[in-house]
Amino acid sequence: MSLLKIRNLRVEFGSLAHPFPAVDGLDFDIDRGELVGIVGESGSGKSVTMMALMGLIDAPGRVTADELVFDGHDLLKLKPAQRRKIVGKDISMIFQDALTSLNPSYTVGFQIKESLKVHMGLRGAALEKRALELLELVEIPAAKSRLGAYPHQLSGGMNQRVMIAVAIACNPKLLIADEPTTALDVTIQAQIMDLLERLQKEHNMGLIMITHDLAVIAEMAKRICVMYAGQVVEQAPVADLFRAPRHPYTQALLEAIPEHSKGARRLSALPGIVPGHYDRPKGCLLSPRCRYAQDKCSQERPALLDGVRCYYPLNAEGESTHG
Amino acid sequence: MTTQVQIADVVPSYPSPLKEFWQSFSHNKGAVVALFIFLSVIFCGVFAGWIAPHDPVEQYRDHMLTPPSWAGGGMSTYLLGTDELGRDILSRLIHGARISLFIAFMSVLMSLIPGMVLGLLAAFFPKGAGTVIMRVMDVMLALPGILLAICIITILGPGLINTMIAIAIGTLPSYTRLTRAAAMAEINKEYVTASRVAGAGALRLMFLTVLPNCMAPIIVNATLGFSSAILETAALGFLGLGVQPPTPEWGTMLSAARDYIERAPWVVTMPGVTILVTVLSINLMGDGLRDALDPKLKRAA
Amino acid sequence: MFSFILRKLATVIPTFIGITLVAFALIRMIPGDPIEVMVGERKLDPVMHAAAMQRLGLDQPLHIQYFRYVKDLAQGDLGISLVTREPVTKEFLTLFPATVELAICALLFAVLVGLPAGMIAGLKRGSVFDHGVMGVSMTGFSMPIFWWGLILIMYFSVTLGWTPVSGRIDIEFDIAQRTGFLLIDSWLSGEEGAFKSAAMHLILPTIVLGTIPLAVIARMTRSSMLEVLREDYIRTARAKGLAPTRVVVVHALRNALIPVITVIGLQVGSLLGGAVLTETIYSWPGIGKWLVDSISRRDYPVVQAGILVSATIFIVVNLFVDILYGVVNPRIRSAK
Ligand SMILES: Nc1ncnc2c1ncn2[C@@H]1O[C@H](COP(=O)(O)OP(=O)(O)O)[C@@H](O)[C@H]1O
Ligand code: SF4
Ligand SMILES: [Mg+2]
Repeated sequence: MSLLKIRNLRVEFGSLAHPFPAVDGLDFDIDRGELVGIVGESGSGKSVTMMALMGLIDAPGRVTADELVFDGHDLLKLKPAQRRKIVGKDISMIFQDALTSLNPSYTVGFQIKESLKVHMGLRGAALEKRALELLELVEIPAAKSRLGAYPHQLSGGMNQRVMIAVAIACNPKLLIADEPTTALDVTIQAQIMDLLERLQKEHNMGLIMITHDLAVIAEMAKRICVMYAGQVVEQAPVADLFRAPRHPYTQALLEAIPEHSKGARRLSALPGIVPGHYDRPKGCLLSPRCRYAQDKCSQERPALLDGVRCYYPLNAEGESTHG
Repeated sequence: MTTQVQIADVVPSYPSPLKEFWQSFSHNKGAVVALFIFLSVIFCGVFAGWIAPHDPVEQYRDHMLTPPSWAGGGMSTYLLGTDELGRDILSRLIHGARISLFIAFMSVLMSLIPGMVLGLLAAFFPKGAGTVIMRVMDVMLALPGILLAICIITILGPGLINTMIAIAIGTLPSYTRLTRAAAMAEINKEYVTASRVAGAGALRLMFLTVLPNCMAPIIVNATLGFSSAILETAALGFLGLGVQPPTPEWGTMLSAARDYIERAPWVVTMPGVTILVTVLSINLMGDGLRDALDPKLKRAA
Repeated sequence: MFSFILRKLATVIPTFIGITLVAFALIRMIPGDPIEVMVGERKLDPVMHAAAMQRLGLDQPLHIQYFRYVKDLAQGDLGISLVTREPVTKEFLTLFPATVELAICALLFAVLVGLPAGMIAGLKRGSVFDHGVMGVSMTGFSMPIFWWGLILIMYFSVTLGWTPVSGRIDIEFDIAQRTGFLLIDSWLSGEEGAFKSAAMHLILPTIVLGTIPLAVIARMTRSSMLEVLREDYIRTARAKGLAPTRVVVVHALRNALIPVITVIGLQVGSLLGGAVLTETIYSWPGIGKWLVDSISRRDYPVVQAGILVSATIFIVVNLFVDILYGVVNPRIRSAK
């Protein structure tokens, strides 16, 4: 049985009369100890999906799903108080900008100990010891003195390490890293990625690594899930995906890798941006931007069949790499 | 769904800034209502001579302390009743609008313009002039509002013009600080550097390049300054330090009315309600203005 | 922390010097002969006039006069009242506690009502309560408080007869001054009904003086709360699985209060200004009323002292607030 099973997840914003589905019929699974990457441009609904899983979508946002089962618990059926026993303990999440994600008024130590107190009931010396151990685990030098530091006194990389320490404090079964390195320098990026990979292996955590840059997770993840406009458009093992992308969007993301490394924000292979509230196409969500689009594409939405959501998938069986 | 597609198909057309502003402003219902109330107060003030049913200083000695027309003993000629000297309260309030608005307008102008100039100077010459200007402003800020006004009135003596001057000096620091802060934020932007490189002189840079981009917060502050000037005029009048009787100033009217709290509550109630409604409408308008002018705050608050 | 305080202290010194200059100049800028102004008599005998000039040091150059003024100030000498011929300092010390008592009560009222109201309004944004708080605080903010005072008297004192019209305590009580705060002194005196009388006298002035600060604090707290609730670290706190009350109390409140503290500090200025009006309406024997009375009596040394003292209070309170701000906000303390 998988650790997390999501079926037909839908997250809507906007009014009931004019809803905007930020996540639109999403299916997703991850096993214990598995590392899955989720990629997609900004605005694809990656963060919203994870926020829905964590129960952090507030009204007027609406979350519905056929199944949202974590470790045997149907999360949508749990009472908020029961759900909070899981969130932050068995599932935890780290965010893009560590400095703003840490509370400026409290020391690093306080923010790490908080989870330990609330979820594990640790107190006194045991608490102190575990907090220190966590800082050492995330490779923060001079850990002892850092417990008393405020976030603004630490560098971006250090703060992200602190965020990781907070997230793994209660030995979660699933860790979600939402673009954990986007705000950091390239060298620090690599260090943080290595750290996350090591922790994932050592603790046998499920790890969902979210990014808008495929290159970042190419070497780490076994399986990659490509999201576009709130839907999964392709899902495949890393090697297959890189060797023979089947969805035009995946192909565009792959072509963008060298550009991303130069810091470009748009995909040159794919003009335009992810559709928002008012410009969601009727047919395939990619159709206005897709260079392979045909008439049918703008009429009806394709379904996710065999790991790809496209009427005219590229690289059909047997064929070698496309273009 | 269909509407969404339609919207997507429409070629985007950019509304004129004024229209966009009005769209944003009219989004706030309270602000629109307030605007109309305020416009009618202005109308009353401007056309006081035609609208007011009576002369504001004429004393109808036979009808002293007549209650409002709807109360027992009221007379329809004196809609809101008369005061202790038999003057028609409504007419005094209408003429009072002229005085309050005039003082408020002039005092805002008299502090806004020097305040902007000083603020720009302080921003452009932070070492010399700037330090001196800001230090002086600090001293002025240490004397809160009405106390600074009292200080100035002590020197100049009470009266309409002096009230204006006192209020203007009192609000000068806020415009100076605001302009300086806004100008400092603009001064290093590329468009300023570009025009500096293109050979624009300091004056041109200050007033034509930088100032127009600092206007939004200044306008909002000026609205608030306008309403607090009305309050302060009334407060000074109430203390006997502002406009002197028999001029029908709202605060001055209240100061005389204190002795009639028990016998003639309307003499106390009417001027106060007028002040409150006027000030409230300006403040509500200011809120709407802020939301409409400040894109960062748009729809957030 | 210590160097932070020193740094703050250094920034106030020029302001304070400026204030003494203003107060010094005030008397000399009033049109008319300084001796006549000070003595309050016109057409003095020339011999007496010269003698007075010399006695008061007014024949000296201005900077010498100023230094003398500052020296006197440092010794607590604020001059002699023209009306009562008493040292201004002495009068001041008897009146000051009345104003402080009123101001403290008003500020407490404003904070105790305004903070929770603004907080709840922010948390329940868009609710009926939120709209109510915003409407009431906008009205309070626009209120001519001198009129508000009259209306409260009209209703609660005249119509209902619940509260006294003016003063600090009923005249039948003769309370020995110990702290100067009548609320405390009347309590200590043990006289029956004295405390109640003092409290009843305080209610209306407290409400009147507290109205504008209350409105400002409520609005500020609300908007600060809204801003903080949008912050990333609130998302983090929720992602930790903390209960909503803990998220608000531990993570949101502390950060939301930081700007509110500054605003509360600034309200001290409006309290000083408001005290002038409130004390006049309620015949409250404090420095606000004293100041207004002195202007109409042309008692210039008192006006001069009143201005100086008010500004000093304002500076000191704001200095204190600045330091407090540094204590609650670790980012400020270490900033250069
Ligand atoms: N609270 C919200 N209210 C309305 N729309 C939202 C909200 N949060 C996210 N969205 C919208 O949902 C879409 C997906 O956003 P997000 O999940 O943040 O994208 P990603 O993380 O993939 O970059 C975007 O169009 C975004 O504007
Ligand atoms: S369905 Fe059509 S438009 Fe959509 S991705 Fe496939 S080819 Fe492109
Ligand atoms: Mg995101």
